[in-house]
Amino acid sequence: MKSINKHNGKVVPLDMVNIDTDQIIPKQFLKRIERTGFGKYLFYDWRFKSDGSINKDFILNQEKYKNCSILVTGDNFGSGSSREHAPWALNDYGIEIIIAPSFADIFYNNCFQNGILPIKLDKKIVKEIISKSKNENGYNLNIDLDSQLIWDDSEEISIKFDIEKFRKYCLLNGLDDIGLTLKKENKIQQFESTRSLTGGVVKK
Amino acid sequence: MTHNPKTLFDKIWEKHLVDENEGQPSILYVDLHMIHEVTSPQAFEGLRLAQRKVRRPDLTVAVADHAIPTWKGRNTISDPIAKQQVETLTKNCDEFGITLYDMYHENQGIVHVIGPDLGLTQPGKIIVCGDSHTSTNGAFGSFAIGIGTSEVEHVLATQTLRQFKPKTMNIHIEGSLPNGVTAKDLILGIIKHIGISGAVGHAIEYTGDAITNLSMEGRMTVCNMSIEAGGRAGMIAPDNKTINYLENKPFAPKGKDFEIAKKEWLDLRTDVGAKYDTKIIIDSNELEPFVTWGTNPGMVAPITGKIPNPKHTVDEDEKSSISKALEYMGLKPDTKIQDIQIDRVFIGSCTNSRIEDLEAAAAIVKNKKINPNVSAMVVPGSTLVKKIAEEKGLDKIFQDAGFEWREAGCSMCLGMNPDILSPKERCASTSNRNFEGRQGKDGRTHLVSPEMAAAAAISGHFIDIREL
Ligand code: SF4
Repeated sequence: MKSINKHNGKVVPLDMVNIDTDQIIPKQFLKRIERTGFGKYLFYDWRFKSDGSINKDFILNQEKYKNCSILVTGDNFGSGSSREHAPWALNDYGIEIIIAPSFADIFYNNCFQNGILPIKLDKKIVKEIISKSKNENGYNLNIDLDSQLIWDDSEEISIKFDIEKFRKYCLLNGLDDIGLTLKKENKIQQFESTRSLTGGVVKK
Repeated sequence: MTHNPKTLFDKIWEKHLVDENEGQPSILYVDLHMIHEVTSPQAFEGLRLAQRKVRRPDLTVAVADHAIPTWKGRNTISDPIAKQQVETLTKNCDEFGITLYDMYHENQGIVHVIGPDLGLTQPGKIIVCGDSHTSTNGAFGSFAIGIGTSEVEHVLATQTLRQFKPKTMNIHIEGSLPNGVTAKDLILGIIKHIGISGAVGHAIEYTGDAITNLSMEGRMTVCNMSIEAGGRAGMIAPDNKTINYLENKPFAPKGKDFEIAKKEWLDLRTDVGAKYDTKIIIDSNELEPFVTWGTNPGMVAPITGKIPNPKHTVDEDEKSSISKALEYMGLKPDTKIQDIQIDRVFIGSCTNSRIEDLEAAAAIVKNKKINPNVSAMVVPGSTLVKKIAEEKGLDKIFQDAGFEWREAGCSMCLGMNPDILSPKERCASTSNRNFEGRQGKDGRTHLVSPEMAAAAAISGHFIDIREL
């Protein structure tokens, strides 16, 4: 997995609450068996009209937000389906940081598995970032994961964010969870030797 | 009172701890890992790239359910990409030695329906699947959670899962369910009450007479939609109903083993005096037959109610959510729910496709005909449910009334197969998600109970099933 530490990028505001993973990546694109190439389907039903043409009203399609890498949005982002295709699509599109007052659990977890940093900030600050990114051209944010700081170029916004230590450590080092767990092989074996049989065995 | 009282969740968590370290997610052992064609191919690919094996193929079971067709006698998959996805699952299961129930197998069905069907789901287990509605299995007093594809790969490789311990939430229903209120209405009422992110970060335990009086199938309906309230998992303590349900199921323990298991299972309950992080009490008198009117499962109104008017909301976010939802749904504020006309009816999905659901719906359509403006289908949750339903003659009741009778699968719950709504079509659906485009681009979904869906199919609009 790729590591993240410092990031500077353009902000795109998606000023809505409860955006679910069915919107982030609609189901018709879940049939692919690869992890890559989902970016062109991100927010598909919002980005494109029924005839396949570009919906110029949708914020991601506006010139001003071209090449954005930081998505700022409302409460409960990523609710619904567990599809990891959602962070794959965001990542493939170029989004590396997502800022929201709150996230749905599975989505939040899936972000870390894919080198995306989801940042929870106070609603008031999120609203402020949203309005700045709407009003200014090329509004940028800087993020330093190691010191857990986020600030804009004018430093009108400058704030520390929370993140679990272990998650930070894994992102900073681009660590693969599976490799870490496999180092505990003896513990797993020990557990298996004491495991209750009513835990059930599938094969008959 | 026990010395150190614990919740049901805590007991299961502790029993499965392989390793824990301060500040890190705990490593938990997984008793049952279920996989399907949509969220597993990239996990197997990851294993192959890292030259890893599946640690416990004997604790893993795969099924094809999401992308397969459900038309009668299905024998091919016409969509080439869906076909490749199902073939990839078959190939992966062959290569890694995993039991697979493909679309021709008698054990096939929606992944969350077959676990209980086959007795794979058992109290006290940790059960995972790359699918958010895995919470269904919590109805048996297991800790059952949906995971992402990277975690599927992690479980395949290590048979463990890394998890930060969720908080616990008790949702207690005071009093018993009023007449004509189903398990589906109960969970819609809960989501209405706590909101779609009300349980984020929590494992929910449901308690109260209204819960224990439910059949196992009703309990599964409730636990199934825990995720729609943001919950990590939903669970209900096992009791004699749980035991009776599991006895003689193909994968349940047998004979003396069953007796031992039974004792263990009945001990799995929250101790008197144990503390939950959050406690919510809901008065059962709040509950009515419900219908969703918007684009998330928290947008719920009673059958006797009206579509909300955004004018009456002060919160700006909420105001714009309501307006946006009404625009998508093609509904006007203050319309009576009973005046909403529908075009399609879908009875199916892991929420409501078990035998009891089909019986309840059949009782309503028996000797009647569906409204000429409505097209309706029933998709049993599993091939076994389908078989039992046919033995009971339910297929005939539905078909005589004008319903299509399908093979088992996810079908129009998410429309990954050919079963989709056309733009602007309005559907009464027994599924669990009414998100934009869920059942087909620009399709309009109203979530309801099987009884309400059946009644709507006959009358062409929503009606109060208590007056039938
Ligand atoms: S029936 Fe619907 S919700 Fe259930 S597993 Fe299938 S697609 Fe998911």
